[in-house]
Amino acid sequence: MAIGLTDLQGGANVAALFYNAIEPIERYNMPDTLKAQHIARLTEGFVIYSDMGRILCSISKDTVGWHDPIGGMLNDGQVKAKFGEKSYQEHRNSWTQSTRESVMLELTKHSLGARDVTPPLNLFSKVQVDETGAMNYVAGNSPPGGYVELRAEMKVLIVLCANHHPMDDATVYAPKSVKLTVKRVEEAAPDDKCRLSRPENGRGFAITGRYRQ
Amino acid sequence: MNYEIDVTVPAGSGWAGIVKRGQRFRIVDLEGNQAVDTLFYNAEDPADRYSAVETIAAQRNIYLTTGTRLLTENGTVLMRIVGDTCGRHDTLGGACSQESNMVRYDIDKRYMHACRQTFLKTGVTVDLDKRDLAPNVNFFMNVPVTPEGKLTFEDGISEPGKYVELEAETDTMIVISNCPQLNNPCNAYNPTPVRVLLWNP
Repeated sequence: MAIGLTDLQGGANVAALFYNAIEPIERYNMPDTLKAQHIARLTEGFVIYSDMGRILCSISKDTVGWHDPIGGMLNDGQVKAKFGEKSYQEHRNSWTQSTRESVMLELTKHSLGARDVTPPLNLFSKVQVDETGAMNYVAGNSPPGGYVELRAEMKVLIVLCANHHPMDDATVYAPKSVKLTVKRVEEAAPDDKCRLSRPENGRGFAITGRYRQ
Repeated sequence: MNYEIDVTVPAGSGWAGIVKRGQRFRIVDLEGNQAVDTLFYNAEDPADRYSAVETIAAQRNIYLTTGTRLLTENGTVLMRIVGDTCGRHDTLGGACSQESNMVRYDIDKRYMHACRQTFLKTGVTVDLDKRDLAPNVNFFMNVPVTPEGKLTFEDGISEPGKYVELEAETDTMIVISNCPQLNNPCNAYNPTPVRVLLWNP
């Protein structure tokens, strides 16, 4: 199975967290994902590693080119500082919510909590690092219709939250919508791009295959 | 100086302890180019723990050095880096593990010692387990990122005697793994001891 996400208006951000659905003590590991593939961005041909050396999902299609693993997750303090606080009492469902709160609530529905939070993969967003280490949020990374597909390589629990990237330059709270599709796809073939993109990923697929059999 | 703690941590070993608000904590790279993988927790509520991404996003820079505030996932300031003779430290490279060594180097390298083994063994002495492991700081490690989004492991920029010093703003539990990695240049292929100091300034 795979999930596809389409950025409807352009400029969306979706925080994504990944867990082994059977044993969620195994979860997405940002540093392992980055260092196994020598990258600080994710796009088609790369994979999402767990902390057990296995592949949770692979990025089987991507028209955007850059998804951000290092920019973090919008928390309550940042919402207050960037946008001010809008209560439910006054604003009903146009109230402000942080990504962290939404993620925590979804995790709680699966008996997970604060200790299970990982850095998010910020789909559709780009944070570029220069020679001095400075991090710059790049606006307009994802066009209207931008599409990314995540193929599950094991039974995986995915937590998604469409909300502002914490480093974006928005001053008005207005999370953008994405379209989510779930579909059956072929398993990664022996010549799959994600499998061949790096020797590390060949080993990652082999280790994941042993686990699934 | 009267140190409350003055210990040498050999490569492949760990250390855990609490640094109280206002106390100073120093790690000395005794022989140079030694990665020191370090985790930080709010001592009163370990679920509120160091967040690599919150910390770098708040300062808009991936390198940790003097002036960096170590933040938790909730935005609590745990510690500040108040002295740094090395110049920069990594927080994107994470901790080596037996499982990631299998992916990165060879499936048959699972037997080799790794930081996450030390984190688990040391963490359990202060009631932490695998759920409490989050992306750590790698003191004295050099992991540049390019504008094209590539991540590289470069030779260290540390030397014998270089140190990093932190002051606690919140009572902070620290767990250290002095990295045993032999497969990449993070320890110059020769893991060596570090010295840990804690005192009241």
